[in-house]
Amino acid sequence: MGNTLVDIKNLRVSFFTPAGEVKALNDVSIKMEEGEVLGIVGESGSGKSVTAYSLMGLIPYPGRIVGGTIDFNGHRINDMSEAEMRAIRGNEVSIIFQDPMTSLNPVYTIGNQIMEVILLHTDKNKEQAYERAVELLTLVGINEPAKRMKQYPHELSGGMRQRVMIAIALACEPKLLIADEPTTALDVTIQAQILELMMELKQKIGMSIIMITHDLGIVANMCQKIAVMYGGKVVECGTADEIFYNPRHEYTKGLLRSIPRLTDKEHRKLIPIEGTPVDMLNPPAGCPFAPRCNSCMKICLGRMPEYTDLSETHYSACWLLQKEEFERRGQGA
Amino acid sequence: MAKYIIKRVLLAVVTLWLIATITFILMNMVPGGPFLAEKAPSEATLKALNEKYGLDKPLIVQYGNYMSRLLRGDMGPSIKQRGRTVNQIISNGFKVSARVGGISVLVAVLIGITLGSIAAMNRSKWIDNVIIVVSTCGIAVPSFVVSTVLMIVFSVKLKLLPTYGLSSPLHYIMPVMALSFYPTAYITRLMRSSMLEVLGQDYMRTARAKGLSQFKMLFKHALRNAILPVVTYLGPLLAYTLTGSFVVEKIFTIPGLGNDFISSITNRDYTLIMGTTIFLAALIVTMNLMVDIAYKLIDPRIKLK
Ligand SMILES: Nc1ncnc2c1ncn2[C@@H]1O[C@H](COP(=O)(O)OP(=O)(O)OP(=O)(O)O)[C@@H](O)[C@H]1O
Ligand code: SF4
Ligand SMILES: [Mg+2]
Repeated sequence: MGNTLVDIKNLRVSFFTPAGEVKALNDVSIKMEEGEVLGIVGESGSGKSVTAYSLMGLIPYPGRIVGGTIDFNGHRINDMSEAEMRAIRGNEVSIIFQDPMTSLNPVYTIGNQIMEVILLHTDKNKEQAYERAVELLTLVGINEPAKRMKQYPHELSGGMRQRVMIAIALACEPKLLIADEPTTALDVTIQAQILELMMELKQKIGMSIIMITHDLGIVANMCQKIAVMYGGKVVECGTADEIFYNPRHEYTKGLLRSIPRLTDKEHRKLIPIEGTPVDMLNPPAGCPFAPRCNSCMKICLGRMPEYTDLSETHYSACWLLQKEEFERRGQGA
Repeated sequence: MAKYIIKRVLLAVVTLWLIATITFILMNMVPGGPFLAEKAPSEATLKALNEKYGLDKPLIVQYGNYMSRLLRGDMGPSIKQRGRTVNQIISNGFKVSARVGGISVLVAVLIGITLGSIAAMNRSKWIDNVIIVVSTCGIAVPSFVVSTVLMIVFSVKLKLLPTYGLSSPLHYIMPVMALSFYPTAYITRLMRSSMLEVLGQDYMRTARAKGLSQFKMLFKHALRNAILPVVTYLGPLLAYTLTGSFVVEKIFTIPGLGNDFISSITNRDYTLIMGTTIFLAALIVTMNLMVDIAYKLIDPRIKLK
């Protein structure tokens, strides 16, 4: 495999709200190679978007990084000034947000909003930027691009707007594209088209993708590597095969049980596992999944499990695995 | 767009006609008349005066006469200010009031938008709190208090600024401050809350994710969206401020329209009451139309119907 593109180590992000400190990310570590497609799955509130935003220095008020490091493409993101970050955003790394309907500015034309990012990060002049924008619209499969350039967001459908967002994200041929649930707001046929488009473009431009989603079907089809998040932690991470055929964390197992058969063609949404998600204001001292875990032991409640390495690419944080390993070592000795 | 404007203008004419008619009826329903306040003129004089101004005719005839003159743009002679027409009085007064008022609105808009934006961008920091407190006071304090305090500080104590008239740029300072005080505070608050809302919108996050500078984000993406409520407020604000404030004009001895408006009522100067009312109404209607057009220019989602 190629060079390391993203290396997030022990990342902690908190939101300092009036109600108290919301520990959105609690010791997240994710590594990703160039050219890979990494899937991040997990239920709502598990910290998928915050992880993505951290990578771009986009954590919204009142949140901030309280620990850990983020390395991206040779930059130490958390040491960079806002001005340095600006040179990277939209250029080396771009993001497609969760909400295509509201992510474009209603008072400017599509053309204006695409050209803006081209003019900002390249030394193209207005005409060249215009041509590039038309080219991008064609690339993302929008018909009559010249006409669309002059239209406003409210004149376009949701699918079109999401395509425009992709065009904006791709404008400067980023090394990394973060797609934060790029298709949840769209209907199924358009979903498929957009995902296909992204994979096609990945081949063409040779970029890496972080695909954030609720939909295990998407992950199974697109991603080489999968990080499963729960309660602000990556509880298990491995290749797609490892996660789907050899899940080791209790949450991952539950997740996979909640869908009938993986070989089904149609995409399925995650059916939430019984019990309520973690209260991030008062996170438990031990394993965040403990209150909902059928195999929960005493130690799970009191202490956070360390990662157990299951293969070169596969690791998970669960006391059961620690116990297994301990027993194995005990036998070996 | 042109069709829309024509429609609105026609509607405006109807509105103005209604306002003129209602004012005419109300004015004549109130007992008394223009010549009764003075020390009682003789029967003969009264009759002569009423005849001169056509007040002896049946109301319906008076109304007809007034309207037909109004259609030609003639609002008749003033009943109480001898030898001056209502048109003259309004045009003289408006020139003065509009100049002071125009400057005041400009000041209020510039300062209000700036302060409101600064407050929103520094939410919950000390500067935001200072701006909130000051603008709340600005809304609570009436203009005669502001005028008096200004007068005491700058004219009486410091002897820096002249107290009456408008003969030099220096003369404008205090009246403009007094007039713009409330709208500045109001616009600051409007701007702060709408800016806060806009800054939290998804498209601002997109702008940031593009790598745009703070400057571009604010002036290109945020301001144009956040300014809409201020534009709405601007219509009535302009209409009222341009026609002059009675209080401020009285205190600083400015010969503006606000003065004429109030005195026309106390004097029962029928033609001047009609004139100033219709003028103010016309101004409000015009400003509202301009606001709607401005709205359309700022926000392409708005459909003018
Ligand atoms: N602006 C904010 N203020 C306070 N807390 C926040 C804020 N944004 C996110 N959080 C907290 O961070 C945690 C993680 O949120 P995040 O948006 O990353 O979840 P997610 O996994 O993307 O969920 P979803 O699938 O719903 O998008 C949540 O528990 C939430 O409470
Ligand atoms: S650590 Fe304990 S509670 Fe957490 S998943 Fe493993 S067994 Fe369940
Ligand atoms: Mg999210």
